[in-house]
Amino acid sequence: MSNGNGHNLRADYAVISAWVGAGTRVLDLGCGDGTLLRHLRTDKQVFGYGIEIDDANVLAALANGNNVIQSDLERGLAAFGDAGFDCVILSQTLQAMHHIEAVLLEMVRVGREAIVTFPNFGYAPNREQVAAGRMPVSKILPFAWYNTPNIHLCTMLDFEELCAKLELEILDLVALTEGKPVADEPNLNGELAIYRVKRR
Amino acid sequence: MHPPARSPISPKLTGLFLLGQSVNAVLSSIGNVSPRLARFDTPFIFKSGKAIPAFELMYETYGTLNADKSNAVLVCHALNASHHVAGTYNDDPESLGWWDNMVGPGKPLDTNRFFVVGVNNLGGCFGSSGPRHINPATHKPYGADFPVVTVEDWVNAQAQLADHLGIARFAAVMGGSLGAMQALQWAIAYPARVGHALVVASTPKLSAQNIAFNEVARQAIITDPDFHGGHFYEHNVVPARGLRVARMIGHITYLSDDVMAERFGRVLRDGMQFGYGPEFQIESYLRHQGEKFSGYFDANTYLLITKALDYFDPAADYDNSLALAFERAKNVKFLVVSFTTDWRFSPARSREIVTALTANRADVSYAEIDAPHGHDEFLLEDPRYFALVRAYYARIAAEVGA
Repeated sequence: MSNGNGHNLRADYAVISAWVGAGTRVLDLGCGDGTLLRHLRTDKQVFGYGIEIDDANVLAALANGNNVIQSDLERGLAAFGDAGFDCVILSQTLQAMHHIEAVLLEMVRVGREAIVTFPNFGYAPNREQVAAGRMPVSKILPFAWYNTPNIHLCTMLDFEELCAKLELEILDLVALTEGKPVADEPNLNGELAIYRVKRR
Repeated sequence: MHPPARSPISPKLTGLFLLGQSVNAVLSSIGNVSPRLARFDTPFIFKSGKAIPAFELMYETYGTLNADKSNAVLVCHALNASHHVAGTYNDDPESLGWWDNMVGPGKPLDTNRFFVVGVNNLGGCFGSSGPRHINPATHKPYGADFPVVTVEDWVNAQAQLADHLGIARFAAVMGGSLGAMQALQWAIAYPARVGHALVVASTPKLSAQNIAFNEVARQAIITDPDFHGGHFYEHNVVPARGLRVARMIGHITYLSDDVMAERFGRVLRDGMQFGYGPEFQIESYLRHQGEKFSGYFDANTYLLITKALDYFDPAADYDNSLALAFERAKNVKFLVVSFTTDWRFSPARSREIVTALTANRADVSYAEIDAPHGHDEFLLEDPRYFALVRAYYARIAAEVGA
């Protein structure tokens, strides 16, 4: 899915890459121009597919040497059988989707594990802007309220609550700010949340 | 010798087409080309069990086969086309090949890099052994006695042509519609002999509705009094009425409802005449297409090709599982392309192919082009579609050093 959030240097890619096992099978949902998938193929020898809806991104991902399948994530992953992948990745796309619960459940159906990254709405500067009476606009959330593709923003606490409801076990989590891991109070100090989950 | 090139069909399309043409204008056509005939003095045994004692295939090639013979691409034709994929004969612009916009110097399938082979399929009417040829058993044209051909038969014959040309392995096999079925069949039947399959606007099998349209077309031909049970050559007639109707039916399925409405609407040529002449624009369009087609296409070949379409179902031999059928093909790489307004072979049918391939963890990319023109789009110069094919061939070229 093209969500316009792709220009923040993708600090999450390094973390994702560290979590993805060498030689595994990967499905990258909303793969954009296929940069991550290409990186995982060359550095981790993964076999994978990218799913992408935008014409220009499909072309770019294909030109990047990836397997890319043009499809609307909102329609589910019916093209894929159960547990066909070691890891299903949804990188900074969740917040732009309509059917959050459905896509998370589909991810853990077709993959043994899922990696989900999203901008943490609980990040202190976001809270400060809201406290000052405005919707947050930042490097990672660059849109105005009226033109943002990000329709389902959440905090890390919100996400963890949803994981509990959907019976997803959190295997790992990292919060990044300016590309660096945050040790203290991630929901307050973390700009970008990265979770590794599986079905409980 | 050649089917006429398709022309633009709507004002909107004309714009698109011209835009594409202007892009391609700097890229020349391959220029004048010549067909060649390959003769095989061994019997060809069809899937039906029937055989012919020897056969010929008409083909053309463009570009140069490289030293390690790794840059060959086979382009398979659909219903009415032929070996004449690109270029012209004797500078005649009317003789432009049927996929000249796709194949040529600097074009998506670049003949500066690849050695491209086009072949008229067995049972065809553009020079390869077919119903018009003399049956050595009777010394008369085969007519209706030419064995019913299948996609498997075509691909087996194409493999013999590849042997003849010294091509052990195609870098790619490409086709649209029925041509794409041949690319799929290549991947299943000869997985070691094909690197990539480019499958455009196709389906893993015909639906009952698809077969129904074919059957109406066949009945139009078979019930034409000039058909003479398929032996009309001896009577020096052709079942032109049947062919016309068959072609008209085909054309309805090639176009989207929207494009037909846009181009023809309910426009009357000359008001209501309260008769059965060609009054609506769409009527005269279909009659014109039918008339043109009946002038160059063979009725028996049309029947054979529609049967090949109907019978194609690679999953049938694998417990009706397309995924099982593709197990053999999982080392072939695929590009699958569909068009949103194609209701003849809709995107859902291409997605079946993609699903069966991903189940085998085959390398596959899939694009669903949002384009207005229906099934015919695969022959048109849609910039997104052409850019994808171009990018995909760049990958193949890098692989094979073309």
